[in-house]
Amino acid sequence: MNLLQSLAQRDRVFDFLVPADSPVDVRHGPILYLEDVSVSFDGFKAIDDLNLTIDNGELRCIIGPNGAGKTTMMDVITGKTRPDSGKVWFGSRHDLLTMNEPQIASLGIGRKFQKPTIFEALSVFENLELAMAADKRILPTLTARLNGEIRDRIDEMLATIGLAGLRERRAGILSHGQKQWLEIGMLLMQRPRLLLVDEPVAGMTEQEMERTAELLTGLAGRQSVVVVEHDMGFVRSIARKVTVLHQGSVLAEGSMDQVSEDPKVVEVYLGEEA
Amino acid sequence: MHWLVHPFRERSTLLFLGVLLLALTIVTLLHIAVPREQPLHVNAYTVNLFGKYLSYALLAVAVDLVWGYLGILSLGHGAFFALGGYAMGMYLMRQIGDRGVYGNPELPDFMVFLNWDSLPWYWQGFDMAWFAFLMVLLAPGLLALIFGFLAFRSRVTGVYLSIITQALTFALMLSFFRNEMGFGGNNGLTDFREILGFNLRSNDTRLGLFLASGAALALGYVVCRGIVTSKLGRVCVATRDAEARTRFLGYRVERFQLFVFVVSAMLAGVAGALYVPQVGIINPSEFAPLFSIEIVLWVALGGRATLYGAVIGAIIVNYAKTVFTGVMPDAWLFALGGLFVLVTVLLPRGVAGLLAVRVRRRRGDDDSPVNREVAA
Amino acid sequence: MRTPATLMTSSITARIVTLALLCLLAWLPALASAQDDDGRAVLEGLDSRSFADKAEAIEAIIQSEDERATDWLQALLDGNLQRLKEDGRLVIVVDNVGREWPVRDALTGDELGEVPRRDLDRITINNALRSQLRSALSMVELYVGDERSRLAAAEGVIGRVDDELAAALEARLEEEESDQVRHRLNQALAVHRLERGEAGAVETLYGSLNSNVRVALTRAAQSDDAQVADAARRALADIEQKLKLNRIAETLYFGLSMGSVLVLAAIGLAITFGVMGVINMAHGELIMLGAYTAWAMQQLLPGQPGLALLLAIPVGFLVSALAGIAIERGVIQFLKGRPLETLLATFGVSLILQQLVRTAISPLNRTVITPEWMSGSIAINDALSLTLNRLYVMGFALLVFAALMLVMRRTRLGLEVRAVTQNRAMARSMGIRATRVDILTFALGSGVAGLAGVALSQLTNVGPNLGQSYIIDSFMVVVFGGVGNLWGTLVAGMSLGVINQVLEPWAGAVLAKIMVLVFIILFIQKRPRGLFPQKGRAAEG
Repeated sequence: MNLLQSLAQRDRVFDFLVPADSPVDVRHGPILYLEDVSVSFDGFKAIDDLNLTIDNGELRCIIGPNGAGKTTMMDVITGKTRPDSGKVWFGSRHDLLTMNEPQIASLGIGRKFQKPTIFEALSVFENLELAMAADKRILPTLTARLNGEIRDRIDEMLATIGLAGLRERRAGILSHGQKQWLEIGMLLMQRPRLLLVDEPVAGMTEQEMERTAELLTGLAGRQSVVVVEHDMGFVRSIARKVTVLHQGSVLAEGSMDQVSEDPKVVEVYLGEEA
Repeated sequence: MHWLVHPFRERSTLLFLGVLLLALTIVTLLHIAVPREQPLHVNAYTVNLFGKYLSYALLAVAVDLVWGYLGILSLGHGAFFALGGYAMGMYLMRQIGDRGVYGNPELPDFMVFLNWDSLPWYWQGFDMAWFAFLMVLLAPGLLALIFGFLAFRSRVTGVYLSIITQALTFALMLSFFRNEMGFGGNNGLTDFREILGFNLRSNDTRLGLFLASGAALALGYVVCRGIVTSKLGRVCVATRDAEARTRFLGYRVERFQLFVFVVSAMLAGVAGALYVPQVGIINPSEFAPLFSIEIVLWVALGGRATLYGAVIGAIIVNYAKTVFTGVMPDAWLFALGGLFVLVTVLLPRGVAGLLAVRVRRRRGDDDSPVNREVAA
Repeated sequence: MRTPATLMTSSITARIVTLALLCLLAWLPALASAQDDDGRAVLEGLDSRSFADKAEAIEAIIQSEDERATDWLQALLDGNLQRLKEDGRLVIVVDNVGREWPVRDALTGDELGEVPRRDLDRITINNALRSQLRSALSMVELYVGDERSRLAAAEGVIGRVDDELAAALEARLEEEESDQVRHRLNQALAVHRLERGEAGAVETLYGSLNSNVRVALTRAAQSDDAQVADAARRALADIEQKLKLNRIAETLYFGLSMGSVLVLAAIGLAITFGVMGVINMAHGELIMLGAYTAWAMQQLLPGQPGLALLLAIPVGFLVSALAGIAIERGVIQFLKGRPLETLLATFGVSLILQQLVRTAISPLNRTVITPEWMSGSIAINDALSLTLNRLYVMGFALLVFAALMLVMRRTRLGLEVRAVTQNRAMARSMGIRATRVDILTFALGSGVAGLAGVALSQLTNVGPNLGQSYIIDSFMVVVFGGVGNLWGTLVAGMSLGVINQVLEPWAGAVLAKIMVLVFIILFIQKRPRGLFPQKGRAAEG
């Protein structure tokens, strides 16, 4: 019965955005679910009883002062850091704590690092080629060939992220903003269900920021996006729902206006900036 | 097999294979066709020496594959080379048959000397060439598989990996020095007579081994080239430069590392197997950490992540070593030590880097994926 | 208070006492000459073919109470009592090396010059005589020796007591003052009684480490008398237990000693590699420089090895620290952030330094003299003694470790080092001169390597390959202990030393080393950050 249902489900969810082998079960709403997660480093609690739920298709912004546990939270979700306690579920079927990074990545969770991380020795095109959803085992990778369809998809992405003119250039020569874009492009090539984006607009010009905002809001609905950002202006421009982290747990949650009026938030975070 | 065909469409590979073929032909002709009295005649000793350089060159290519493209600095590749060499040595030992000093048809001399009465189980089968040649690949491959599996799974990388590879080869050296291991202890395996029925001391066999080394180098080069120009090669470079990113793209980084590491170890084993019949001996000194780190110098001098640079480096350094140790043996270690310092400080991209700069200036174009070495 | 029974059986004792007293008075020439003829008679009794005659002659010598008796008996026992072929005179060989032996007359003590060995006949003895001689000499020693030699003599008679000697020993026991000697005498008597089948005698033998006691007990354990056999077995088990403890203590001592060498060799590396992240393959050669400094200081101050060694401590530190600064400035500073290249370049430096020593000094090993106050050993009990030089090195290692801890924890330099390693940019912006800190830290680590070399010169050969043999071990210790953690290095070094010593007896030195290497290789794969890892985001690097 269950199996039948899941098969039926599969048809409904199976659109071109989702890799065929990761039927993420989101019938119950949330795509990401963190419960009572704690992480400590040498006694210092980086994350303390964190609870967080991201709905399918949601665009969520996470803010918080330095050391609030934002990056550590990303590490936990992507399998880089194992929490001391708690639960992390992707949809209602996949327990992320039992998986390693590549497994989690192939489930459809993409991550953009705080510092843009791309393959500087490879060309822009090759960066996207590696990121593209494909059979990522050894022999298929060794025998993989570029065909017209793949080329077209990569070129399409190059146009989306505005790097079409730099197709064959070494990624290392890109500007900081361009690298950020390339990394976002790489995430999208993975066709993820959930994007974790750490400070996407750091080092970008005003104009680039606007385009990034456009891109991220355009993704929402089809994909779920979690953005960690310091730039309040940027957050205000894209956010529908904001979560404020402080000392490893959620301090407040709501719309940008709600949280910015919350006295606790004003005190620990916005207050300093005002 | 597209990945194996692909290198033949590259200019650089064709150029390399052409130069290699030319060199092999010239040496062969000068050896056979030019009479002995002529100054241009290349004697058997020199052919033998060149054959040794070629097997070293293959070893250097193997090291470059893991260091240049995967970023893994193995200070223990001499162990794989030596294991391949021992596998070959065991075959050659069994070929001696009853012509040894003690005339035992079954046991090699050193075992008779140690009063062993039967062949240890791990010596079984080495009288058959096909089995021994298979072991040339499997013995180093298996060691690399086990070691690499443990190391990469626990994400031991960088300097740590280098140090434990060095410890690995050091431990193996100590083990092979022990008589109880059954590999001839200190003296190793020597006094070989025949390979596949050919007399090892004849000039024709030497020429044959020289050509076989050349062929193995060509084949090894094409295989490595095929790997590094495939998508898998790009995953390797990606791993080298941003391991975490590669993982988050969904690649099982440790498996790619393991795959390439094992391939490289097998190539090193083949190099060792070609080396042993040409020098006529294999002993535990091939496991010495100094030798393994010297291989790395060949690659560094030639220029890493180019493959052909490794070949150039191996030949330059070993030619220099032959000259130096002949003329002023004391100065060799000074020269070697100085080379290490100079290459790393002043010539980080090696000889190949110098060549690439010149070519680029003339052609005025940007780099091919090969030459995009980590400048950082 | 003597009982009549002991009086009766102790006639031999009385004679030995007299003999002993006479020995003390041996310098009196008058007495000596007066007894010359008697002496000749008893002595010549030894010159016989029959061992039975010789046994009687020995008895006669003891009874003669001649003051030269111990001299004769000892010479006889050592095979130095010989007969001149030409005139049959008995002589004592003073030194039996070479072809011509200096001899002196056994009776008169006159030096007779050197005699070719073929002109001499040795007075031969058999095992029975040998044991008779030993007993007699032991008895003499028990009366006239100082406490130490009395102890040795008492120890020596264990297992060789017959009824007659037992009586003599019992007499002596009455007068003996030292508890230790009394204890040994009691044991000797107990062994005798055990041999006669007294189960109760076993009590005294508990915990004895004397091998003759064990032989006697083992024999008794197979006795037909169940009571005796049982008692003996229990005593043996007890002794076995004690021996085991001793072996453990000894293994531990050697292990800790080896461990302290490892700690010394690795602790400098723990600073340059562990704290600064600079991988210096020439570290071993910096150790070697320290060892050669010790050698050079002894060459400069001939005849004063101790002073030279003490001076070598600061000088060795300086020499290696300066060499370290040269390496840092000349090579490493150009390779910041490129650890693999640093590894290769410093390896090149190590080759150059080795070859430099080979060319400038010698490819052969040099000997560094151990000063008198460092040689010898402390005996803990019969089976265990601790060699002093190892003890000193152990103490030195702990001292160096403590000093380093102090520098890193309590000084401005230590604070700055930690600041620079954690966040270079931040440290610089706070006014710390990072380059200067780099140089000083590297000099400190290198200098400590020099200290290690000075200490090592007391334990191993000083040669050009000295450093090479320690470099892999040192890295293993640092990595095993957890990079950047000095305590980790201490614990790792000590435990690796002990593990190695534990493995050695049943695996052999080479196999033990291989096993330790394999163990570490596996360990690092299980816990890549060592025993005491630094945790947190900063450690991810």
